[in-house]
Amino acid sequence: MPKALQYFGQFIAYALFALVVGYFATQPAYTHMDPDKALIKMSFSHAGEHLQECRRLTQEELNLLPPNMRRPMDCLRKRVALLIELELDGAILYRDELPPSGLAGDGASTAYRKFPVPAGSHHLVARLRDSRREDGFDYEQAAVVTLAPQQNFVIDFRPELGGFLFL
Amino acid sequence: MACPASSVCPWIRPGVRVQVIGIRSVAKAAFEGADNVFNRAFTPAWNPLCHLGTLGWFFYWIVIVSGIYLYIFFDTGINQAYESLEYLTNVQWYAGGVMRSLHRYASDALIIVMMLHLLREFVMDRYRGSRWFTWFTGVPLLWLVFACGISGYWMVWDVLAQYIAIASTEWLDSLGIFGQSIARNFLNNDTLSGRFFTLMVFIHIAVPLFMLLVMWIHIQRQRNARVNPPVGLAVGTLGMLLALSLARPALSQAPANLDKVPSVIDFDWFYLVAYPLLDTIPGQTLWAIAGGGSLLLLLLPWLPPGQRRATASVDLDNCNGCGRCVEDCPFSAVSLQPRTDDAAFSHEAVVSDNLCTGCGICVGACPTATPFRRTSELIPGIDLPDLGIQELREKTLSAIANLSGNARVVVFGCSHGAGLEQLQGADVAVLKLPCVAMLPPSFIDFMITRGHVNGVFLTGCADGDCHYRLGIEWTGQRLAGERDPYLRKRVPRERIAESWAGITRNKRLQQELRTFQDRLRALPPFKRTPHRSTGVRAGEAAEHHA
Repeated sequence: MPKALQYFGQFIAYALFALVVGYFATQPAYTHMDPDKALIKMSFSHAGEHLQECRRLTQEELNLLPPNMRRPMDCLRKRVALLIELELDGAILYRDELPPSGLAGDGASTAYRKFPVPAGSHHLVARLRDSRREDGFDYEQAAVVTLAPQQNFVIDFRPELGGFLFL
Repeated sequence: MACPASSVCPWIRPGVRVQVIGIRSVAKAAFEGADNVFNRAFTPAWNPLCHLGTLGWFFYWIVIVSGIYLYIFFDTGINQAYESLEYLTNVQWYAGGVMRSLHRYASDALIIVMMLHLLREFVMDRYRGSRWFTWFTGVPLLWLVFACGISGYWMVWDVLAQYIAIASTEWLDSLGIFGQSIARNFLNNDTLSGRFFTLMVFIHIAVPLFMLLVMWIHIQRQRNARVNPPVGLAVGTLGMLLALSLARPALSQAPANLDKVPSVIDFDWFYLVAYPLLDTIPGQTLWAIAGGGSLLLLLLPWLPPGQRRATASVDLDNCNGCGRCVEDCPFSAVSLQPRTDDAAFSHEAVVSDNLCTGCGICVGACPTATPFRRTSELIPGIDLPDLGIQELREKTLSAIANLSGNARVVVFGCSHGAGLEQLQGADVAVLKLPCVAMLPPSFIDFMITRGHVNGVFLTGCADGDCHYRLGIEWTGQRLAGERDPYLRKRVPRERIAESWAGITRNKRLQQELRTFQDRLRALPPFKRTPHRSTGVRAGEAAEHHA
């Protein structure tokens, strides 16, 4: 093959390689979420009550224990699962039981959920039960929120700040 | 389950076996077809498809050098990270901007050559038997390269980085092994901590360094491992990347804003090709796919259809520890160790069965593997059990016994090249070797100067892509008198021809053989060397060739 033709062939090969690298380094664009929607992101980590109430040991029971293990309270490690419910415009958006973490079930329950919803005004209610009660909820927060397109609306839960936080 | 030596696995149904081999043959032919095209433009010595591994090293070094430059100006603060890169891109475009673009495009090019390298080695069947180590250590590199690239995009802290940060941490959370959700760090702008950036910078520096260690381990079992592409190819590749960097500089997208969800994102599909799956399948499923795929790749060398050649063995009575086999073994399978017998030599060759591929290149390097030996049995210092050099001489002499005409040719080919059977004829004998470099140069001398044939024709894998890495190169150097054992000067070079046709250029191979035979017919008759006994012992042979 003549030298000039060889160089031309090399040029074509390099150009094609550059074209592939240059194009796929940024294109085609990926649509992660509909631009007209907003995102409700619920995320929190919270430990529910213990499954049973702690019981104070009697003196006789304490005496039976080695001296270094005589804790006055006997607490079952396992915690209750949290019940979480989200309601959007009167309809249940999400309802789930969140089991405690850890092998012994004594850790915090965690939630991380995303809900793309149409932008606009919505009536949002968040409810959570973290006690041993059979029905009803321990925390509830309701608000009318106006979501802009692509807005990231965060629902957090901080009991020390009063419960649900709409951020 | 490993398959027995030199056989296909009997426990695979024949139909399936044919299908697997058929797909591989088609893919191999496709690669060779592409090679043929690139060989024309680049020549076999510069063919980028035959230098995918070295190009990977080259891109790695470009990424490292450009990364060091970028790090000098990079600020790890939440807002400062984006601003520092904007400064490099827009104000210092002539240096920092070019470096940033080189950093990105070399990383992307690394993905392309790495994937092609993996596919090529699989298709060319260069990952099984004793070559498992190189394949096995290459698989973690896939994860490391992706970890480097993804952590790099994260540091820009634009909307793409925001998407990657959230998607990656959500994916990690899906493993369920972290006490607290990592993705909670990116809930909104208020929860974002600068410490995460410091961690990412650490990862983005530590992982490439660890990668270099794994890359070094990756080539440990290869003798004369090449880590640099030919200069011309390197210059062309760097020029291409520079041109691309100037024509289409790497830019940041809009700055990250956790209060807003990225919607339409310019995407680097080389590194993020799997990320869109996270929007459609659970993270755990993607872990199963990625983990299962990696496990499958790791186990591939031991999965059927397996095949392993018998390994070379040393005969101490004929080995003087000259070390030529050690020098020539492409896989560092032969080493010199202190003598274990009472012979008057200091060392002996020792073959590691774990490393030996059974290619026979060591036999071709052994000075005692000479067919001229007549007074003693032809047992070389190192030999292949399933095709010994004595058996090769007998087979060759038997094959040429009935040749007729004045263009009698013996073809020595390898089992990874074009089909040799089609070359057989009234004046052509064909001998198949594991690798053509198994043929000691003295064999060619023997065939021509003793008048057994009029010419010797060597063929095998495609030029620049020897199945056993160095067979074609060593053969060429031996014939040219550049590598020991040399082909003696008395052998007329015009009676030797080479054709590195691979598996796709059968017609060209036949044509070249015919042309060679025509050339032989036009030559004056060769004056045979006087026949005399040339029996040599190990020590004599070594001196003879030194």
